[in-house]
Amino acid sequence: MGFLTNTVSGAKALATGFSITMKHFLEQQLKIRPTETVQYPEQRREQFPRTRWRHVLTRYENGLEKCIGCSLCAGACPARCIYVEAAENTDSARYSPGERYAVKYEINMLRCIFCGFCQDACPTGAIVLRKDFELADFLRDDNLYTKEMLLEPAPITGVIPLASIGTVARETTAAH
Amino acid sequence: MARSVTEMSFHDSATPVPSFGPGGTPFLLGKLDEVVNWARRNSIWPLTFGLACCAIEMMASVSSRFDLSRFGAEVFRASPRQADLMIVAGRVSTKMGPVLRQIYDQMPNPKWVLSMGACASTGGVYNNYAIIQGVDQIVPVDIYVPGCPPSPDALIYAIIKLQEKIKAGNSGKLIELSPLFKRPEAAARG
Repeated sequence: MGFLTNTVSGAKALATGFSITMKHFLEQQLKIRPTETVQYPEQRREQFPRTRWRHVLTRYENGLEKCIGCSLCAGACPARCIYVEAAENTDSARYSPGERYAVKYEINMLRCIFCGFCQDACPTGAIVLRKDFELADFLRDDNLYTKEMLLEPAPITGVIPLASIGTVARETTAAH
Repeated sequence: MARSVTEMSFHDSATPVPSFGPGGTPFLLGKLDEVVNWARRNSIWPLTFGLACCAIEMMASVSSRFDLSRFGAEVFRASPRQADLMIVAGRVSTKMGPVLRQIYDQMPNPKWVLSMGACASTGGVYNNYAIIQGVDQIVPVDIYVPGCPPSPDALIYAIIKLQEKIKAGNSGKLIELSPLFKRPEAAARG
């Protein structure tokens, strides 16, 4: 008696449970209800308009760099992850319209908290935080972004000195 | 794909690297390696190690919106004995350091560590005596995820990248990442 009752009620409970699972499975398979999941690597979620991720050093339309090497971003940074070293522009090697340009511009991406204070502090709007969030990397040193990694590619039509397109030499250090 | 490999020693990986001499990995062992790595990378069971706000994003990444189980990594384990991947999500205080190390030691091999967010990776804004300035001072970190906190997308990207690292496997070689996961400026630099 007890055995039979238990078996029947157990089977009923199982059927109830699995029917819910089956219902959701079929709803998803037959596309009755849209799936909530974003199939990430193939399909991207739309980022919010003010999302702040990877930094980019922008250029003017004529190809000159907007950054004038004033270090205000480094001063505003709460995590102290920006290092700027400025140098004077000359007529033969002109990088930015102002007197000076950033010869070194490094951001420690691991230290950065993506607050956007550097963007707010920048007087020329040189540094902007864009929506590229795929930044994970295997080694610590690879997350120390240098100027040539941050700088926007030069426009093809721009009139810029050839020297500013090439790589900027940087001594490799183990310190972070 | 296996032809374009970059020689790279995983000094930071806890996985033992067998050396087979100049001839490389024998064929059978190589095939076995592939099968084993396939199983390993598709069942990365993370350890719940939420220490701060990054843990919220870590929890969100297993939700239905992002669904980490698509990569076989949804089974968050409370016991280190059952976990493969330690996601250090949040700031590690000096007092937490020995605990973290002990839990890492309790995890069975092979094991991986993902340093999630600015605080775990470098200390972030907490540049003071109380916070360990980078969790790699106490455990070997396999992959760093910048962000404060990293969005679930960024965490999933890191796990996919870690899967590529596991796929490269014990032969101590890192297969070049597929173009889908290559940064555009990295491609521009050549």
